[in-house]
Amino acid sequence: MSKIYINGISSVSPQSEDIFEEENPLVYKENTLTALDQDYKSIINSMMLRRMSKAVKMGLYCSKKALLEAEVEIPDAILVGTGQGCMQDTEKFMTNMLESEEGLLSPTSFIQSTHNTVGGQIALDLKCKGYNMTFTQNSVSFESALLDAILQMEDESTQNILVGGVDETSQEFTGFQRLDAQIKKENISNLDLYKSESSGTIISESAAFFSLAPEKKASSYAEFKDVEIINSIEISGLNSKIELFLKRNNTSVSEIDAVILGRNGDARFDHYYEELQNGMFLAKCQLGFKHLVGENNAVSSYAFWLASKILKEKQIPEIFKLNTLNCSAPGKVLIYNQYLGRNHGLILLQSL
Amino acid sequence: MKGIAVTGMGIISAIGRDIEETHLSLKYGKNGISFPEILPTKHKDLPVGEIKLSNSELSELLNLPEDHSYTRAALLGIYAIKELLENSAYDQFPEDTGFISGTSIGGIDMTEKHFYDYKNNPEKRKYIQAQHPGYTTEKIAEYFGLNGMITTISTACSSSANAIMMGAQMIESGKLMRVIVGGSDCLTKFTLNGFNSLKILSTKNSRPFDNARDGLNLGEAAGYLMLEAEDCINGKTVLGRVSGYGNANDAFHQTASSENGEGAFQAISKALKKANLSTTDIDFINAHGTGTKNNDLSESVALKRIFGDKVPYFSSTKGFTGHTLGAAGAVEAIFSLLAIQKGEMFPNLNFSTEMLETGLGPVTGFQKKNINTMLSNSFGFGGNCTSLIFQRNE
Amino acid sequence: MSDLHTELKKSIIEQLNLEDMEVSEIENDEHLFGDGLGLDSIDALELIVLLEKDYGIKLSDPNQGKEIFNSINTMADFIEKNRTR
Repeated sequence: MSKIYINGISSVSPQSEDIFEEENPLVYKENTLTALDQDYKSIINSMMLRRMSKAVKMGLYCSKKALLEAEVEIPDAILVGTGQGCMQDTEKFMTNMLESEEGLLSPTSFIQSTHNTVGGQIALDLKCKGYNMTFTQNSVSFESALLDAILQMEDESTQNILVGGVDETSQEFTGFQRLDAQIKKENISNLDLYKSESSGTIISESAAFFSLAPEKKASSYAEFKDVEIINSIEISGLNSKIELFLKRNNTSVSEIDAVILGRNGDARFDHYYEELQNGMFLAKCQLGFKHLVGENNAVSSYAFWLASKILKEKQIPEIFKLNTLNCSAPGKVLIYNQYLGRNHGLILLQSL
Repeated sequence: MKGIAVTGMGIISAIGRDIEETHLSLKYGKNGISFPEILPTKHKDLPVGEIKLSNSELSELLNLPEDHSYTRAALLGIYAIKELLENSAYDQFPEDTGFISGTSIGGIDMTEKHFYDYKNNPEKRKYIQAQHPGYTTEKIAEYFGLNGMITTISTACSSSANAIMMGAQMIESGKLMRVIVGGSDCLTKFTLNGFNSLKILSTKNSRPFDNARDGLNLGEAAGYLMLEAEDCINGKTVLGRVSGYGNANDAFHQTASSENGEGAFQAISKALKKANLSTTDIDFINAHGTGTKNNDLSESVALKRIFGDKVPYFSSTKGFTGHTLGAAGAVEAIFSLLAIQKGEMFPNLNFSTEMLETGLGPVTGFQKKNINTMLSNSFGFGGNCTSLIFQRNE
Repeated sequence: MSDLHTELKKSIIEQLNLEDMEVSEIENDEHLFGDGLGLDSIDALELIVLLEKDYGIKLSDPNQGKEIFNSINTMADFIEKNRTR
């Protein structure tokens, strides 16, 4: 099987993409974090842009930037993971329909409510007639897209794959997550997320896209080794599952240099991470990212962005560290993420 | 042996609650189109392919406790997979069984039902997570104790066709030994009003490929297949094989298909190439054929581009079931496997006149015919086009 | 320019999210679709809704829209002749 290299990356999140260079991360005092606005007009046609929800804008923007960096015009496949899809348009059509009691409705928001709107719009913008897939499985939506990337790469004619994750917030539906106790009741500062001992987390929107290829370039970031999806697992079974995953990739815990964990400050489910932090990865450099960019169903794509960046730049900014261990030459990075104790994902990346 | 073995299937739709009843409806031309009775919509004059079982009736049939939080798509999915399981060699699915489900709207039926309840009624909040398609897949997985590789594909009307394709690739690559693939979608006010706002719903029974066709009927269904690696077969009956698949994007318009049917053309070409077949090997086509002006013309053009003046027998079964959106690909995969097994071509209902632009006419009556190779098309919003090829197990 | 023409331009800008556009930038005889304003078939569906909502005109066949939505002038003419509100 051919190798898979990460040749272009781009992310939009509540933090600046220059977070490795900037001293201070952005601080939010509310529990819903929106993604930073970008100069969308600079790379998206304004007649297309006028109807786009945040998810579509973020997804298309990141896609074009990642492809540009990898010097790819049209990829052979477009793979998108989005757990909640185009919520803003879904909400718009839903509320119009309910308020008008199924009256006269304008179709645009319905058209754009479909989960594959982001993938379809990227294809439309790039005029890409290739394979196009959208996965929507809660917190393993992006992992599912990565898994498909491995499958598509098995076809020898595949030269380039665009893969990414994106999720947006919306007024009512994100409000429902609050009622469902997914969002903390008391407002906290994002930087205090790991001190919090209450239920729920901080919810956000983000996108991160990547240009993958079987060919390495001088500018490549890292190698994407493997991904695994586990729908449901007891904490006691986690260690052996990770060991098996690493073994399958001819490596072991001792060779892992850093582990990126999806801790989100939800006292009900963070013990999955604590088990690893105090156990098999005790002596490893441990990183978190949700205190900076919040939680959403596609946010493991941000972790993938972070790992790519760390492996290329050979440095780990202090702000991401969960413990005091250093890692001077990161070579192998493992990402572990879950949401509400379900939909666990493992991703392995390696330096070049 | 070429292709991935299909070793089980289960289905529920407006024309039957199991494989047998479904087959009889197809054979005797009995459609499942009616006016909405279960769906609490104002549009009682729009024909739909509705399964005449309420959620509580389905729950009772499945022996679920009253306080459960299954969506309708989950109930239908479980119903179909139970049939698959009962006809399989397993008492319960082995632990390493994967599950890939396709759906367009998942559990949005619960959101539209309880939208105004969540704020003041904590009891209903169990449905908040139900909105997102992954939830429905998880609930089905939970029911059958599936804990491993589970995911959802949502590419509108090609969702479950794509789930079948991915499942086949997972087995081919050795990542899974066994996987349940297919999809489930229920009727909702959201989709009925959405398609109505696009002005593509017919007020009559849909007439795929007819010159006077004026829109589609929505439907609901769940259909699932079991795909297994060669090592798992051990003398089990193989119902047929997934030997080709292809997905391509029309990259033309958010909802409409291109005039030259480019996406469909690419998807069919890829599927033929994957199966290593030529156009003359296709015995029968289960067309996407929704009954809208745009889809049927675009698909017909694509068929002519691929097959020239030798377009094989083809039929759209949407006149039986309505367009079951994300479930359609799996439903029609099952129809395709039935056609191969039984040696039967199922008719394209309500057709009378060829469309002027192409002059193509589908199969209009039930016919016996030896079928070795079937092509099944599924096209969705966002330009998503998928073609699957099923072959007789030799 | 009649009030109806201005009213139409305002609602088109609003309904179709033409955020950067001013009423004065749309000519009465300019093509709304294709090489003119650049509207597409999704906009056409929105305009059908606009006719029904604001002027009580129901188009039974979406294909009728092609001629009616040629320009602001043709739209205004059609509305004058057929409006029920």
